[in-house]
Amino acid sequence: MKSATETAKQRWEREVLEPTLQKAPERDVPFTTISGRPIERLYTADDVVDLDYRRDFNNPGEFPYTRGIHPSGYRGKLWTMRQFAGFGTPEETNERYKTLLSAGGTGLSVAFDLPTLMGRDPDHELSLGEVGKCGVSIVSLADMERLFDGIALGDITTSMTINSPASIIFAMYLVVAEKQGADWSTLSGTIQNDILKEFIAQKEYIYPPRESMRLITDIFAFCSKEVPRWNTVSVSGYHIREAGSTSLQELAFTLRDGIEYIQYGIDAGLDVDDFAPRMSFFFNSHSDFFEEIAKFRAARKLWAEVMRDRFGAREERSWKLRFHTQTAGVSLTAQQPYNNVVRTALQALAAVLGGTNSLHTNSLDEALALPTAEAATLALRTQQVIAYESGVTNIVDPLGGSYFLERLTLDMERGAQEYFDVIDRMGGMVEAIEEGFPQREIAEASYRFQQAVEKRDKIIVGVNDFVREDDPRHPILYIDDTTASTQLARLEQLRKTRDNDAVRRTLDALRNAARGTDNTMYPLIECVRAYATAGEMCDALRDVWGEYEEVPLI
Amino acid sequence: MRKIRVVIAKPGLDGHDRGAKVIARALRDAGMEVIYTGLRQTPDQIVGAALQEDADAIGLSILSGAHMHICPRVMELLREKGLDDVLVVIGGIIPDQDIPKLHEMGVKGIFLPGTPMLEIIDFIGANVRSRVEQT
Repeated sequence: MKSATETAKQRWEREVLEPTLQKAPERDVPFTTISGRPIERLYTADDVVDLDYRRDFNNPGEFPYTRGIHPSGYRGKLWTMRQFAGFGTPEETNERYKTLLSAGGTGLSVAFDLPTLMGRDPDHELSLGEVGKCGVSIVSLADMERLFDGIALGDITTSMTINSPASIIFAMYLVVAEKQGADWSTLSGTIQNDILKEFIAQKEYIYPPRESMRLITDIFAFCSKEVPRWNTVSVSGYHIREAGSTSLQELAFTLRDGIEYIQYGIDAGLDVDDFAPRMSFFFNSHSDFFEEIAKFRAARKLWAEVMRDRFGAREERSWKLRFHTQTAGVSLTAQQPYNNVVRTALQALAAVLGGTNSLHTNSLDEALALPTAEAATLALRTQQVIAYESGVTNIVDPLGGSYFLERLTLDMERGAQEYFDVIDRMGGMVEAIEEGFPQREIAEASYRFQQAVEKRDKIIVGVNDFVREDDPRHPILYIDDTTASTQLARLEQLRKTRDNDAVRRTLDALRNAARGTDNTMYPLIECVRAYATAGEMCDALRDVWGEYEEVPLI
Repeated sequence: MRKIRVVIAKPGLDGHDRGAKVIARALRDAGMEVIYTGLRQTPDQIVGAALQEDADAIGLSILSGAHMHICPRVMELLREKGLDDVLVVIGGIIPDQDIPKLHEMGVKGIFLPGTPMLEIIDFIGANVRSRVEQT
């Protein structure tokens, strides 16, 4: 029966929907996002009565930037097509970079192997079997020179996925650029340098949290003076999501990590507007199309408000959230790998409709191995088809104003703020990590998702439905152990030929800086110039700060 | 009959522990006693944990491509310690061409991405039973 306050949507539900449902009920499946968020069947103007255009969205290029940070969207400049790559020896990766650049890639993105990421030389016990497998092996400045041979660092932008040893790898990059004759003040690129998500999700930490944060604030201070166009940290939700978080948790934990870095920078005596504009973000684009677009839009708005209202940043550059996106590796399946091309295309489209500033599309074979050159090229082509054929780049924020998307964007924002409050009450993200809070939240979410897959509440095509028994074997890139033997031989040779007194001297100076309060970047650059290895530099810092060990929880 | 005891381990330098943790919980929910070693365990530490915990099975989670170095070492150490009857299974990203070699060295179960948890639970249950019943 019609009540006095019935909305237009309620009238429709009563008059049109109900009779239909009685005749033809809906499918008996949970109508939820991949993160488990319930979704209504229809959104109308009645669902967005609490929204205010100027306050909540506004036009592109205007605070709070929900609709984008550029007034003209992709009509001015397309996103950077930045494909993450690295394997084997520096020479092999150098060749892949040249292939990607000549295929129309517009930036480089370096994947390092696990020994490099963990600050271990190839001859360390734990490096057994890992050299050159998940990325390129970089032991000393000599390898960095090989990696960028014939690529002018003054002319391209490079993103480097490196965290615990970020300052060491960055120092190597700076010295290579200097040797090429490039001026540090003109260099541009990104180091991931996001240690908080390592403690939360990917677990590639070396030193305890507070010492790790000190390395990061040292980089903030160094870059604001010496390399002003460099992006000093890429605050990453990607790995949080891959570890099994929901879309909302990815948004909330990533931005709360961002808040933590800003707070530590301010506490280290820096002016927020001197370093905040060089901070960028890195999100995952998963399979639930609208939930991801809402996440990207909510992220821009949340960050603008945090920077202006929480930190009192005065410059617009500090308010604008710039982000890189990678499609969801975890969504790829080993079964029927060609299906992954379709998944990746949809995820890439969501990132573009969410206004990403740069994008990596995964290759179809990544649940099997590192991508072949052919698969990596197809992944790049996927971006090019979206950019040049789909027409979505003609309009800024084409989905803005969708009742559903705007409702979802606001709900994501509110959910993230609730997480901020919880973490603030714990004393901050470092404290929350020490309590294991985000780690527990993610483990719970990932287990819930796995159970939903097992129960077939969530269907993964080719895995728990539409399965094919005669899936043919797919050709893969197989990385053998020749990289390890090459890198071991080079390491032995290096230790014989370099000036080992200079190495000892520079490593001692690094230890002294670590013990005191001097900026660690300057002594690191001297260690690099003396051809100290990444393992030796990390060990020098281990000597002073020790190593972090997490309490394993299941 | 006592519960099946399983050591779940992450060898090597990789920290991607989502799979190891999900499997550990699934095995525990299926009634097994699960000991999760945490990250960056050497083969010595893993076999040491299996010995100390009187494990019936070891589950290795390896995504980084280091399995052809880690698995032979684990199998060798198990033999040295007289733990040949401990069931060894591995989950992760394993190229097809390595699978027969892993079976040959005594790794009984190899589980690739997308394997249902139930399949792993059943496999472990079916392959450790005789040893557990004797205990």
